[in-house]
Amino acid sequence: MPTIQFQLNGAALAVDADPVQTLLDMLRGRLGITGPHFGCGAGECGACHVMINDHAMASCDMPIWSVAGKDVVTVEGLGTPEQPHPLQRAFISEQAMQCGYCVSGILISAAALLKRNPSPTEAEVRTALDRNLCRCGSHNRIVRAVLRAASEMATL
Amino acid sequence: MTSPAPKLPVSLAANPRLSSWVRFTDDGRVAISPGKVEIGQGIVTALAQIAADELDVDITRIEMIRASTATSPNEGVTSGSLSIQQSGRALRHACAEVRQRFLTAASDRLGVDASLFDIDDGTISGPGNVSTSYWELAGDVSLDHDATTGVTAKTAAMRAVAGHSVQRVDIPDKVFARPRFIHDRALPNLLHGRVLRPDRSDARLIALDETMARNIPGLVAIVRDGGFAGVVADSEVAAEAASKTLGKGATWSAGEPLPDENDLAGFLKSQPVETTVIDTRTAASTTKAARTLRRQYIRPYIAHASIAPSCAMARWDGDRVHVWTHSQGVYLLRADLAIVLKLPAENIVVEHMEGAGCYGHNAADDVALDAVLLAKAAGSRPVRVQWSRHDEMSHAPFGAAMAVEIEADLDADNEIIGWRHNIWSNGHAARPGRAAQPALLAASAIANPYPRMISTNPPAANGGGGDRNSVPLYDLPAWTITSHRLLTMPVRTSALRTLGAQGNVFAIESLLDEIAALRGEDPIAFRLRRLHDERAKDVIRTAARRAQWKPERRSGIGHGVGFARYKNTGAYCAAIAEIEGTDDIRVKQLTLAVDVGEAINPDGVINQIEGGAIQATSWVLKERVRFDRTRITSTSWTDYPILTFSEVPAVDVEIIQRPEIEPVGAGEAAHGPVTAAIANAVYDCLGVRVRDLPITRDKIIAAMELAS
Repeated sequence: MPTIQFQLNGAALAVDADPVQTLLDMLRGRLGITGPHFGCGAGECGACHVMINDHAMASCDMPIWSVAGKDVVTVEGLGTPEQPHPLQRAFISEQAMQCGYCVSGILISAAALLKRNPSPTEAEVRTALDRNLCRCGSHNRIVRAVLRAASEMATL
Repeated sequence: MTSPAPKLPVSLAANPRLSSWVRFTDDGRVAISPGKVEIGQGIVTALAQIAADELDVDITRIEMIRASTATSPNEGVTSGSLSIQQSGRALRHACAEVRQRFLTAASDRLGVDASLFDIDDGTISGPGNVSTSYWELAGDVSLDHDATTGVTAKTAAMRAVAGHSVQRVDIPDKVFARPRFIHDRALPNLLHGRVLRPDRSDARLIALDETMARNIPGLVAIVRDGGFAGVVADSEVAAEAASKTLGKGATWSAGEPLPDENDLAGFLKSQPVETTVIDTRTAASTTKAARTLRRQYIRPYIAHASIAPSCAMARWDGDRVHVWTHSQGVYLLRADLAIVLKLPAENIVVEHMEGAGCYGHNAADDVALDAVLLAKAAGSRPVRVQWSRHDEMSHAPFGAAMAVEIEADLDADNEIIGWRHNIWSNGHAARPGRAAQPALLAASAIANPYPRMISTNPPAANGGGGDRNSVPLYDLPAWTITSHRLLTMPVRTSALRTLGAQGNVFAIESLLDEIAALRGEDPIAFRLRRLHDERAKDVIRTAARRAQWKPERRSGIGHGVGFARYKNTGAYCAAIAEIEGTDDIRVKQLTLAVDVGEAINPDGVINQIEGGAIQATSWVLKERVRFDRTRITSTSWTDYPILTFSEVPAVDVEIIQRPEIEPVGAGEAAHGPVTAAIANAVYDCLGVRVRDLPITRDKIIAAMELAS
């Protein structure tokens, strides 16, 4: 099996893998990274979003060969309880979820948005999250949390 | 002052042992063990608040224990918006009694009258600087006693935590991706399983060629039990590959035909039924009807469509099995597993772990039996099974389709003088653990299979099923409400959020709106005139005030109202919808007022109402399970679209807080009112009544053509 090298949450990594295996299977399986969630396996729900070179992308239908040499960030790489990402802080402040299964993918989509657009409008936040599904109906709280994080980051 | 409860709360009466609810742990914490489970609704936080209040400990000291048949009180199923009523009341009473027992013990130890003590974060102190704590006294106070009726919980004014918004206890784990979902919990030596399911509805496995699948690297076992077949492998990837290959070797029977998805009413009304008169009221005087309006309303099958596919783990140890599940009822699942496995219930431990949002009886219980059957081939290693999105959207039970027909007799002034409401629908409940036969999917596939359970309806005393919310809360002079439950079930149905209430409230509130319009009367004034319950009127008035009813008419904008008291015994909710559109509509704003009695965690209640309102909007505008004559076809998010971030309306919620009134749940209050409010806003905007959900562009155009 070929060796595939990439950055995962800031650390260099080399894994021997069947190149057509999905990134999500590798993350959740061998690497034990459970932040990205399986939802549909077809890139339609966003629960498995990870950031690849600062873009939010579905990892459930992405072959692992395609991340060779790239920078992959999962929700585990965003922040920690000790040093939370402003988005994580804002999601707690706004109580921006019900079940929370979709949230790790949404945090990634939002983080990627704020990297390319640090002060988005509400409509821009919604558009950026349209590829993430939420079934519990926490959308408006989530949008408020993203806007809150953006304004907090602007004053840092 | 509240007087001592004359009898114990129902959950506490069923599980009276205090130690099964409350324990003080050696590390200075309080373990609270409810029988209800977290399904994304925030219940464990509200229950923690209740316990913190009655015990006077900081909420951060409370450790909420996940339900398990090994240790927890049996509180049946977490459903029907009953957890606050049942678990909340039981915990409030149990904690009040525990507190009293500790105060008595403190009094004995310190020689101070119990009434002079003060408790602050678990430290019990009295005059003269004497003090002790729950934890110091824990050795002296046995909680292995049954609860008694002679205890008074705190009055509303004395509560410091319940009634105030607190942050949910589970949210930090979820933003920092600390494993909390069953999907993320890796047991040691975990194996992975997948089950073959037919594409055609109710088809049976008649032959299986295992040759190719045996060559898949990582395969541990192929399991076959009658028409049940699956694989166990050492990784998820291998399990998927083996299952895919095994599927190619499977031969299935033709299955059972499905109805015509474009003629649900025709199907529902042509089946054998069990007919029940739900309620009837006869008028004192007999005015002859000047006219009768006859209207039919359709609700399609609705999918749970949780973001996570169902998942479970099971591990055998000889003739004992341990099951991890996101089921809503650990004891009920255990009862069904015992039937299928032909084992005493004591041999089975069912332990809850959180899944993604649960909106009723989904596939959580089914996948648990899958895991148990596959784990038989894994020795003592645990097996984890996760359904595919496709299986989740085609084999899990759906919310039942409904045809509701109302005939309203009107007098010469278009006042309602008679009302006949007929419901045709499959039953809305086929939950496990309640019958002599199991309700679990694989039970109908194994050798010596059990028949597939035909869904029934809970009794009216529990809020009913297809008939839920079918009896108007309005004062109408005469009515007959009749439910026709189907005795066939080609499309599998069971409990989905609100059961029949969404369809019935949609029908009642739509027709009332139509009659108000016929009379030229404001729809809110019309409703208020027909209601005598002040709490009902309050939520309608509050929503109206908040939405500045009725905003000036603008072209392309419509407003509508809907109201219900969930189950006619639960939460009151009024909704006002603002929509815009021409032949395609967009819901811009929903304004809701809700009365749940005492709101334990007001922000939690708002979150539930917001979520319910948004989910209902998704149901109304987009959702409908699709099928052809042989199979369910809406098996992906492309084929079963739900509301997206850009389509979600603004939602504004006001709670009418009534701390003196026993709390009720909030999770199902919004769906019916929101559904009706949107439909009525469509009429206000476009002048057509769409009575066939979902309200899509095609349905609006069809309604316009019919009207012209």
